[in-house]
Amino acid sequence: MLRFNILVFACLTYATLLFVVAFWAEKRAEAGRLGWLRSPIVYTLSLSVYCTAWTFYGAVGYAVRSGLEFVSIYLGPSLMMIGWWWILRKLVRIGRTHRITSVADLISSRYGKSTTLGVLVTLLAVIGTTPYIALQLQSVATSFAVFGVNDPTGAVQTDLDKTALWVAAGLALFTILFGTRNLDANERHHGVVTAIALEAVVKFFALVCVGLFVVWGLTDGWGDLIDRIDASPVSSHPISGTRWITITMLSAAALITLPRMFQVLVVENSDENHLFTAGWFFPLYLFGMSLFVIPIAVVGLQVLPDGSNPDMFVLTLPLHYDQRFLATFSFLGGFSSATSMVIVAAIALSTMVSNHIVMPIWLKARKGGATVSGDVRSVVLYARRLSIFGVLALGYLYFHFSGGSEALASIGMISFTGVAQVLPAMLGGIFWRGATRVGAILGVVIGFVIWAYTMFLPSFGEAAGFTAELMAEGPLGIGLLRPQALFGVTGVDPVVHAVAWSLAINTLVFLLGSLFSFPRPVERLQGAQFVNVFEHSGTARGWSHGFAETEDLLVMAQRILGASEAQALFHAAAAEQGKEGYLPDATPEFIERLERKLAGSVGAATAHAMLAQIAGGVLVSVEDLMAVADETAQMMEYSNQLEMKSEELSRTARKLREANEKLTQLSIQKDAFLSQISHELRTPMTSISAFSEILRSAGQEGDLDAESLERFSSIIHDEALRLTRLLDDLLDLSVLESGSVSLNWTRTNLHDVIDRAMGAVMQGRDGVGIRIERNEFSEHIAMETDADRLSQVFINLITNARKYCDAEQPTLKIQVRRIGQDDVQIDFIDNGTGIPADKQTVIFEKFSRITDHAKAGSAGLGLAICREIMANLGGTIAYLPGQGGAAFRLDLPRVRTR
Amino acid sequence: MGKRVLLIEDEPNIIEAIRFILSRDGWTVEVHSDGASAVDAVDRKQPDIVILDVMLPNKSGFDILRDLRAAPEHAARPVLMLTARGQKKDRDMAEAAGVSHFMTKPFSNSEMLDVVRGLAQQPTDGGDA
Amino acid sequence: MPLYLARASYRRRRLIDALRLLPFLLFGLWLLPLLWGGAGTDTPVGAGGRSFVHVFVVWALGIAVAAWLARRLRRAEGPIEPLSAKDIAEAQEEGRR
Repeated sequence: MLRFNILVFACLTYATLLFVVAFWAEKRAEAGRLGWLRSPIVYTLSLSVYCTAWTFYGAVGYAVRSGLEFVSIYLGPSLMMIGWWWILRKLVRIGRTHRITSVADLISSRYGKSTTLGVLVTLLAVIGTTPYIALQLQSVATSFAVFGVNDPTGAVQTDLDKTALWVAAGLALFTILFGTRNLDANERHHGVVTAIALEAVVKFFALVCVGLFVVWGLTDGWGDLIDRIDASPVSSHPISGTRWITITMLSAAALITLPRMFQVLVVENSDENHLFTAGWFFPLYLFGMSLFVIPIAVVGLQVLPDGSNPDMFVLTLPLHYDQRFLATFSFLGGFSSATSMVIVAAIALSTMVSNHIVMPIWLKARKGGATVSGDVRSVVLYARRLSIFGVLALGYLYFHFSGGSEALASIGMISFTGVAQVLPAMLGGIFWRGATRVGAILGVVIGFVIWAYTMFLPSFGEAAGFTAELMAEGPLGIGLLRPQALFGVTGVDPVVHAVAWSLAINTLVFLLGSLFSFPRPVERLQGAQFVNVFEHSGTARGWSHGFAETEDLLVMAQRILGASEAQALFHAAAAEQGKEGYLPDATPEFIERLERKLAGSVGAATAHAMLAQIAGGVLVSVEDLMAVADETAQMMEYSNQLEMKSEELSRTARKLREANEKLTQLSIQKDAFLSQISHELRTPMTSISAFSEILRSAGQEGDLDAESLERFSSIIHDEALRLTRLLDDLLDLSVLESGSVSLNWTRTNLHDVIDRAMGAVMQGRDGVGIRIERNEFSEHIAMETDADRLSQVFINLITNARKYCDAEQPTLKIQVRRIGQDDVQIDFIDNGTGIPADKQTVIFEKFSRITDHAKAGSAGLGLAICREIMANLGGTIAYLPGQGGAAFRLDLPRVRTR
Repeated sequence: MGKRVLLIEDEPNIIEAIRFILSRDGWTVEVHSDGASAVDAVDRKQPDIVILDVMLPNKSGFDILRDLRAAPEHAARPVLMLTARGQKKDRDMAEAAGVSHFMTKPFSNSEMLDVVRGLAQQPTDGGDA
Repeated sequence: MPLYLARASYRRRRLIDALRLLPFLLFGLWLLPLLWGGAGTDTPVGAGGRSFVHVFVVWALGIAVAAWLARRLRRAEGPIEPLSAKDIAEAQEEGRR
């Protein structure tokens, strides 16, 4: 017999292995070397979270109790998968196009990004899934107990409750570690998926091994087996036609409506073409998982003592024959089934809860919502982590208070029926443009109520007030409202009864509600985009002309996506529009694109609400609606072509406009240049001339005291120096501009260059005068450059910050990053008010100064010189908007580019 | 009590020079360094003569002059304009705006003194200096 | 060449039809055990090893056919190119016939 502590050891080793595998996959994903990790096989294996402990242990028990009927739970998903061209392909495409993060997000997004629907579906999912999680905890705890009972020392007292608590805590840790690494739910959780795939392999082979052991070890092969099946009580159960059909369809629906299934099928899908493989490979997996269930049930009933729990045959059969290794393997299989379900379900639910419940409340609670400062990412991440914890805590509490009762056994079907209530809204949403938000809300609510009344609450029995009397005679003696014989429909199986009534009335109300309500414009737009997702992938849009300040959008995007990703997105969009810098025009296309990107992180409804706060309400233009209205492929194609042409035209126009603006500005500036030079030269000259004249006359008349004499001479001296500096700058600039400057390329450490610049600034009259934040560690980058010139740029930027930063406690952050192998990025960010958008394009021009020159004390050539130096060093300098202060970004090659 | 000059200028060294030159001649020199509030300063101080720089923070000397001339009480106030740009265009603009006298930096101290004294003696004669 | 192209896309569409119909066929076949036994016989509906074998054989065949169709279709998909004006014209032509 197997020692219990060996089992615990195996279990912990296995859990460690999962951590290692998940960690390894995350590392590979970060390095961008996923390779086979994103193969269709891994995708298909991850779908196996469909097979929970309910399958692994429960299927045999189900077969013992009801015969062949158990298999309908796997036939349904097989049908859905084999017919993937119908529904799954569309769901996956929609999920990818609209960056859908969960079932709730899909429904909410389809029906006009409705917050109400998001909340409803989330609640439904949480209520439907919690008991199911409890079931998993129970099965792990029970399987431990089986070993405890069988321990030869007899010293092990397994406390079901404590085991469940430990398992729940471990799962919470794992899920938080690997499920909330990145915010974008649309970016795959490679670590989790890989670990799930491994668990899929383990549970499959565990069950198959037990099956093979039974078939080849305990019977005389298939022929004998079939005879035994014929003779066994297992196959004497009649198949109930209504249950057979109902459960097949219900489980088919479960494949797309269960939150965890939606998560692995749609959200984690990295390539639509994976469906080509999953379409047959997943049914094959289910086939393998089901094949040995009946044999195990038949043999288990024959050989095991009467009264053995059939739910544990998978474990007790090997134990009965003292097959320690097989029993341990089988135990790990069950453990895998339970944990993988809980992990994925917790991720899926936490995404829903944080996106559809926490975020809307958070947005409402903070007046000004999206525009206030603060990091939204951390809010979302904490919301996710707390939700994961909450979901597992709920599961555990449910287990604890239901006492691991028999009621849990039927919970699988109850859960399936609960989440299936979103089916009408989901299918209606992707196939019927006439489906409306009102219909969807009504349908989901009514379906939910009927499900709760006929199935969910009665499962609690007396505890929920569903006494035998109420079940038999109806509330207040109203026979028509008997929970399991609604409207006088008697003699039907309770499951069939609940499924039929809830889904039928749900569908009816959904259809009627849709027919008699009028959709809002956003709904119509989303409806058309969902239904026709294959015809136009994201051409229509929900934003008419943007009133948004791009800089505000950037600020918000940075807080959700993180600075570098948001900047890259804006930079790319600006480049596509033919613009330089980080601020594209807030065109409707751009806002739409941004919204989708944000939706991948916080869900469509929240993303839309946040953008609406900045862009000032949602306007759908007539053209947009017309784009929705024209349906023929020809029209679409023609307008697509036109759109492409007009897009190209507008891009060219934008480029021209920008070039023209620049030219005009340049000519004005060239013109102003002479005036400026004159001004900059004459101003110090005036002081010099005036004071020297004063001194001269004082020399003649002797009426000046010594103090004034000294002061006036020092003014003359200072002004002369100022003139010299100006001339130096001008000469420097002209040399740099002509490209004839000789640079002194050497190998140097960036950290030393910054140090040198700091030293030079500190030597000046005013010291540093501003707090500098550096991360010296990241600055140690070896590079080939002209250290003197580069430090000249740094000096300029530091003195600029010192001069212009108007914060109470001026602070300058210097951030150094390596970009890939060959580039270095250095940001100088202060905490002042920054530079207004209209000035940002001219600050690098000569003599452009945006404050008065008395304060500046220089001629406004600093940034122009910086720009020329950077160009000579093969890099760029740009103003980086949206950082909360003035920010300059330097991009430099690490080695000299020739 | 001498007459009062309001100097609207933002270069500290030039302010100091003009203040020295004029106060030695018995003038009271008050200084204002911001362009945007310059007209208010003139309102408040009611100087006998305004010396106005062209390149000022926030508002150019030309605009200030135009605003002054638009107000009846300042329409005839003597305004001496100083500029370091010294192009003919600037002089034309100044005259169009109704300047009393226009000088290019750098100026000679004695010339400045002469002009200020001259302007003080013909207070009503704005416009064609 | 155009004739061949049209044929290829025709083939492809029929493959999709087959793939779409397959689940219905399987569902029908899986209903068969409900017709075995029951009233008037001495075995309960769908009881016995026969149903077990039937369900799993149908399942295995269904998977095989689905895999074969997916393979054919995958090959027929080829590199996906945007529709040219000519393709549209041809499709319309076909629609009119």
